[in-house]
Amino acid sequence: MTMTQSSSTSSLNKPKKIISKERIAIYLFLIICSLFFLLPLYIVLVTSLKTMPEIRMGNIMSWPETWNTDAWVKAWSTACTGLQCEGVSVGFWNSIKILIPSLFVSIMSGAICGYVLSYWRFKGAELFFGIILFGAFIPYQALIYPMIKIFATFGLYGTLPGIILVHTIFGLPIMTLIFRNYYSTLPSEIFKAARVDGAGFFGVFFHVLLPMSTPILIVAVILQVTGIWNDFLLGLIFGGRENMPMTVQLNNIVNSARGAKEYNVNMAATFLTALVPLLVYFFSGRWFVRGIAAGAVKG
Amino acid sequence: MKYPLISSRLAARLTILPFVVIALTIFVGCVLWSVQLSFTSSKLLPNSDFVGLDQYIRLFNTTRWIVSLKNMVVFGVLFTSGSLVLGFLLAVFIDQKVRAESFFRTVFLYPHALSFVVTGLAWQWFLNPALGLQEMVRVAGWESFTFDWLVNRDFAIYTVVFAAIWQASGLVMALMLAGLRGVDPEIWKATKIDGVPTWRVYLHVIVPILGPVIFTSVILLSLSVVKGYDIVVAMTGGGPGIATEVPAKFVLDHLLQRANIGLAMAGATVMLLTVIAALAPWLYLKHVKKGANG
Repeated sequence: MTMTQSSSTSSLNKPKKIISKERIAIYLFLIICSLFFLLPLYIVLVTSLKTMPEIRMGNIMSWPETWNTDAWVKAWSTACTGLQCEGVSVGFWNSIKILIPSLFVSIMSGAICGYVLSYWRFKGAELFFGIILFGAFIPYQALIYPMIKIFATFGLYGTLPGIILVHTIFGLPIMTLIFRNYYSTLPSEIFKAARVDGAGFFGVFFHVLLPMSTPILIVAVILQVTGIWNDFLLGLIFGGRENMPMTVQLNNIVNSARGAKEYNVNMAATFLTALVPLLVYFFSGRWFVRGIAAGAVKG
Repeated sequence: MKYPLISSRLAARLTILPFVVIALTIFVGCVLWSVQLSFTSSKLLPNSDFVGLDQYIRLFNTTRWIVSLKNMVVFGVLFTSGSLVLGFLLAVFIDQKVRAESFFRTVFLYPHALSFVVTGLAWQWFLNPALGLQEMVRVAGWESFTFDWLVNRDFAIYTVVFAAIWQASGLVMALMLAGLRGVDPEIWKATKIDGVPTWRVYLHVIVPILGPVIFTSVILLSLSVVKGYDIVVAMTGGGPGIATEVPAKFVLDHLLQRANIGLAMAGATVMLLTVIAALAPWLYLKHVKKGANG
């Protein structure tokens, strides 16, 4: 099965036992590229485990003499952003506070829009979908100022509900698209049967479609967790001082001009910020690629 | 039977209504408002004093904006072509029935899961001349070795390109690999019988087949070029001087720090037009395709 699916240079010849020069070249290329891709991660990690005197010796690639986790503790709890010295832990919890509700609200919004667009056509539905898709391409810069004004009018600017709403709005295009595409591949008999059985608008959605949506929900969760966690710009502008996400705080710690630079602390903070999406990536495996494919459809 | 149908339909409309309002307000209303502000003399506060194209004239007479635009073009061309070539090569080499395929895929794609801030800071650390790559080579014995691109006016933008390619080529690889797996095996059999060298098959047969995937990749990459902000802020802060400024940063700085709304919105409008120009070929093709299909 896999033999016929994958394209191969030796699909007619029997595979040779001896390793040819060609095979060596292929592996060499892939291994060199792997080293290139792993390099920054390696450097961040070893730097975070060194002491400052060891870093000043100037060998950025060297393995740490002893594993020193002081920088990690400092990065987490006492590193300074300007005048405040609370580490990235504050940003971590802010990001969690933003992530959990944004995740729930944005995915449910996308699912409902996708559901309505698939089964409950209304006048102007095509136009609505077109506008939503267009929304995926608008540079944030062309939206931000009026949005600040509108959010300020409703008292949402710089608040937690405000940043949750912002993530929901900017998640709407891709979420609506993937749910609409998913629901339109389901046989329409399912919907009709549920309707004949007397299920209403919400009944069909919550009791019939949502339980069938697990695959697309996983894709949506992966897309939104990485997207919202990695956001910098929206959190910076709409989060306000109280809700600064981890990425913003990390940048403030590393790029603040105050005091002597502690590179080990900076790199520990960088690694801690990267940890959540990295864990999602390594544990989701093929689902992550599915998410990319779903996201690419919008292109 | 009739009554519940009507009420369900009503429920559907009432549910979608807030989303229609949001879409119209944000994705249409806010864009129009931004464009409108670009034709006014708004500074710290928005006003409706119409000044025609004055802000655009001022914009294109601002050195920082011109540098930003140039950087966007340099970044756009090098980043898009670099990511495409590297991503394509990675996909082709992975597709040679290699062992540990999933290991290689995992390694090439993981940067895509990271924040641009993380990517920018990691590369900033590696490329800083004082303690990074340059110092390492010097300590190892080559004392005149110089690699100071990160802090060099003329070359800093290329370090940003480099970091961005590192982050994005895995995405291209994933898309291309899916495309390669969809290629009809019969094509490979046919070219094998004819004795065509593998590299020529890839160049002349496979690349054209992958056309749509390449096209999608180009669109995705060029959108991230226009939106590029986080990586510049984290890696160079736009410096040294204004050497790595980009339009996205220009607009936000003028909006949030320099209190020059009119000029910022003129910049945002130019960005919007750039995106529309980048999308135009895609929209055109889609339209033509639709028309051809009836």
